Amino acid sequence: MKVIEVEKLTKQFGDFIAVDHISFDVDQGEIFGFLGANGAGKTTAMRMLCGLSIPTSGKARVAGYDVYKQTEQIKKNIGYMSQKFSLYGDLKVWENIRLFGGIYGLTDKEIAAKTDELLHILDMENERNTMVDSLPLGWKQKLSFSVAIIHEPKVVFLDEPTGGVDPVTRRQFWELIYQAAQRGITIFVTTHYMDEAEYCNRVSIMVDGKIEALDKPSVLKADYHAENMNQVFQALARKATREE
Amino acid sequence: MNNVSIQHINKQYGEVIALKDITIEIKPGELFGLIGPDGAGKTTLFRILTTLILADSGTATVCGLDVVQGMKEIRKRVGYMPGRFSMYQDLTVEENLNFFATVFNTTVEENYDLIKDIYVQIEPFKKRRAGKLSGGMKQKLALCCALIHKPDILFLDEPTTGVDPVSRVEFWDMLDKLKAQGITIMVSTPYMDEASRCDWIALMKDGQCLTINTPDQIRKSFDKKLYAVRSENMYQLLQGLRQYPGTYSCYTFGDSNHLALKKGWEDISKVKDYLKEKGYTDVTIEPIEATIEDCFMNLGKEDQ
Amino acid sequence: MKQFLSFVRKEFYHIFRDVRTMMILLVMPVILIILFGFAITTEVTSVPFTVFDQSRDDVTEKITEQLNASEYFDLYDTAGSYEEIRLLFRKEKIKIAIIYPPQFASAYEPVIQILVDATDPNQATSLTQYATTIISSSPAIRVEATSLSRNPVLLPVTYLLYNPLMKGAYNFVPGVMGLILMLICALMTSVGIVREKETGTMEVLLVSPLKPIYIILAKGAPYLLLSMVNIASILLLSYYVLDVPIEGSVTLLFMLSIIYSIVSLSLGLLISTVADSQQSAMLISGMALMLPVMLLSDMLFPMESMPYILQLLSNIIPAKWYIMAVKDVMIKGLGTVAIMKELIILTVMAIVLIAISLKRFKIRLE
Repeated sequence: MKVIEVEKLTKQFGDFIAVDHISFDVDQGEIFGFLGANGAGKTTAMRMLCGLSIPTSGKARVAGYDVYKQTEQIKKNIGYMSQKFSLYGDLKVWENIRLFGGIYGLTDKEIAAKTDELLHILDMENERNTMVDSLPLGWKQKLSFSVAIIHEPKVVFLDEPTGGVDPVTRRQFWELIYQAAQRGITIFVTTHYMDEAEYCNRVSIMVDGKIEALDKPSVLKADYHAENMNQVFQALARKATREE
Repeated sequence: MNNVSIQHINKQYGEVIALKDITIEIKPGELFGLIGPDGAGKTTLFRILTTLILADSGTATVCGLDVVQGMKEIRKRVGYMPGRFSMYQDLTVEENLNFFATVFNTTVEENYDLIKDIYVQIEPFKKRRAGKLSGGMKQKLALCCALIHKPDILFLDEPTTGVDPVSRVEFWDMLDKLKAQGITIMVSTPYMDEASRCDWIALMKDGQCLTINTPDQIRKSFDKKLYAVRSENMYQLLQGLRQYPGTYSCYTFGDSNHLALKKGWEDISKVKDYLKEKGYTDVTIEPIEATIEDCFMNLGKEDQ
Repeated sequence: MKQFLSFVRKEFYHIFRDVRTMMILLVMPVILIILFGFAITTEVTSVPFTVFDQSRDDVTEKITEQLNASEYFDLYDTAGSYEEIRLLFRKEKIKIAIIYPPQFASAYEPVIQILVDATDPNQATSLTQYATTIISSSPAIRVEATSLSRNPVLLPVTYLLYNPLMKGAYNFVPGVMGLILMLICALMTSVGIVREKETGTMEVLLVSPLKPIYIILAKGAPYLLLSMVNIASILLLSYYVLDVPIEGSVTLLFMLSIIYSIVSLSLGLLISTVADSQQSAMLISGMALMLPVMLLSDMLFPMESMPYILQLLSNIIPAKWYIMAVKDVMIKGLGTVAIMKELIILTVMAIVLIAISLKRFKIRLE
C-alpha cells in the first residue's frame, strides 16, 4: 500500500522554484530517508506533504488524502517531529503526553495506558514527574518521537530528529524508529548524519529542488562506486549550483 | 603566545554539573576539537575561555592571559563564534561585516586577505539580509565576522551543527587554511566523523573529558576486538548479536553492526557458529579499526 | 567614536527595517492624541437637558434659552413633573435637568434646582459647573436683581484660570507626552537590548573590545532622537488640531523632555538587566511603567482623590513630575525657575537610575 504518493509536485515562490517537479512513492512501513543539502528544498517539500503549504502544481496524496483539499484529514493521520518543535519544556513528562494525547483525540483511559506503555518502553518511568526541560536532549527527542506517534499515525515526518544527540542515544532513537516501522508506521526522515541514511530502506537525495537519486542505499552506493552514503551524497550535492 | 591552558576547571549550575575538573592544553597553531554531544559542557567551556562566564574553580589562560584578570586584553585578541547564529538577521551580509569590523576597531579592507577565501563565496549575496541566507552561508558569514580583526585564537562553538555534509566539508577546508596562517583554533562539534580533521581532540560527555589525544592515538587505544557484521536484516542481526554472551557492545554503524567482544571471548569463529545456530545465513564478518565514535561509546560505557 | 556611530547606524537599520516597530513608534502618538482628543473626552458638548419650569416667566425662559444657546447644552424637551424627569433620566434621554420653583422672578430668594446623572462622576461635576456658570452669569438674573431693587443677591461668580473652556486636552496632552516618551524610551530600549541577548549577538559584542557604555549609549540614542520627533509631532498636533496653546518656551519644553527621556531610557536599561526574553521585557515595561504612568500621574484620575499611600507612591513616578512641569510650561507659560523643583527631581532620578543600570549591566553572561 502506498502511504505517500507524489507526482510532479512543485512549489514556486515568485521566480524561485523551491521544489521542482518531484515524484516518488513511499510504501507502508517503509523508512524513507529524505536527504539534501541546506536549501535544496527539503523543508518546503515536507511542509507540503504535512498539509502546511499548498503546492503550486503537481499531485500528492498522504495517507490517502489530497494535499490540496484534505489538509485537515492529513493532519489527523500524520505525526510530526522536528529538532525545533519539541515538547513543552515547562510541562512535566506525563503532562506532555496527556496534552498531545488529548490533541489527537485519545480518551483519558487510552492516554493513561499509553503513558505507562510509553514510559516503560523508553525506560523513563522514574522521569514521569520531571520537567521536560531538565531532560537530556537525547531523552527529549526519544520522548518527542514517541509522543509524535501516540495516535498511531499512518506516517510520521521527522525533521533532523537526532541533531546533537549523543551516539548511544542516537542509536536508541533509531531502534524506536525500527519498532514503529515494524508496526506499520511509515517513517519519513531527514538527517545530516550519513550513517543514518544507511538505516533507511530507501533514500532520496534532493539537489536544487529536484530529486537526483532515489533507491536503496546499497544500490546507490553501487551506482556511484562509493563506499558509504557520505560519498554518494558528496558526489551528488556538490553538483548543486543554487544557493538559498 | 597564542595558546590556551585550562587547569582543573569546574562549573556548576545549581544541581547540574556543567564541567568537572577539565584540564586541557592547546599549543599555538593547533586545531583542537572538542567532540561531544549536546549537554557535554562544550559551550560552557567556550564561555569561560571567552571571559563570558566565570568558573567556580580552576584557572585558565588564553594567549597567556588569565581569563579573569586579562578579560579586556583577551577580548581584543580572540575571535568567537557562538553556537547560535549570532549575526543581525535584518542587516545585510555587507552591513554585518562592516559593523563587526568597526566594533573591533578595524576595517574590512585592513584584513581582507585573511577572509578573502571565505568572503568571495558569500560576496554574490552581500546585499542579502543575513536572515535569508542558507545554513552554510550563515556559517561562512559568521566566520568572516569572527575573523575580521585577525584574532590570535579562534573559538568556534558548533559551527557545523545542522549544516549539510557538503557544507561541513567545505567549512573544515576553510579551517585548515586558517590554521596554515598560524591561527590557533578551538572548535566543538557533535559530529564524531569530524574529529579526524583536528590535530588534537578532547572527547567530552556530561561535563567530563573522557580522553584527550590525537584522533589516531585515540583510535589505536581502543582496547577490544572490533568487527563489522552485516546481513540482509540488520535490525534482527543487531538483536541477535546483543544476546550473544561474548558481546561487550554492539551498535549499528551505517550499513554494518560494530561488534566489540569481551575479554576471553575474542574467538570470532564462535560468533559465526552462534549466528548460524540462530538461523542467520547471509552474514559477513570482518575485523575493523575503531572509529572515533566507537571510542566515544566505549569510553562512555566504561565511564558508567 | 567611530565604533559608537557605527552602532547607532545599526540601531537605525533595525528600527527602519522593522515596519511594525516603525508604525508603532510613529503612528502611536498620533493615534493617542486623536483618541484622547476626540473619542475619550470629559469635555461637555451638546448635552441633552430638560427643564421643569413651574414659573414660566420671562426670567426662567431667558435662562433656558441661554442654556440652550450655549454649545454645551441642547434642550431635549420640557418636563411637566418630577416623575417625567425621572423617566427621561432612566431612558438616558437627558443628562441634566433644571427645575425652576413657582414665581421664580418675584421670589425673594429664588432657588434653582439642578439634577445631574452622576453615573460618570467626572462628567457630572463638570456639567454642574457649566450649568451654574451659565445661569449665574445670565443677564436675566442680573437685570431682575437690579430692576426690582431688592437686596443685592450674592451670586458666586467663578472664573476658570488657564483653561477657561475646561478643555480636557490641556490635561491629557502633557499626559500623552509622558506616556509616549516612557513607552518609546523604556520599552523599546529594553526590548532592543534583550533581543540581542536572545539572538546571541550580545555574546559576540561582549567578546569584543567594544566598551559596554557604548553599547548602552548607542542603544538609547536612536530612541531619544525618535522621541523628540514624537514630542514635536504631539505639540504640532495639539496646537493645530486640538487648539491647545503653547504658552511657555518650546526650548524649555524640549529640554525637559530630554531629561525625562533619559530617565525613561535608564529605566529601560534597568529592565533589560532583569528580563531574559523580549516578552518579559515587554511585560515588565507594560506593568511596571505604563500602568503607573496612566494611573498615578494625574493624567486620567485626579491624584487629590486618591488614598494617601498612593499619593506618596506617585512621588517616585517620573511621569508625575514631568507632566506637572509640562503643564506649567505649556499651559501656564511659566519659566525655568517655576519648574526648578521638577527639573531637579528628574535630573536626580536620571543620575541615580543610570548609575544603577550601569552597575547592573553585565559585562559577562551571568
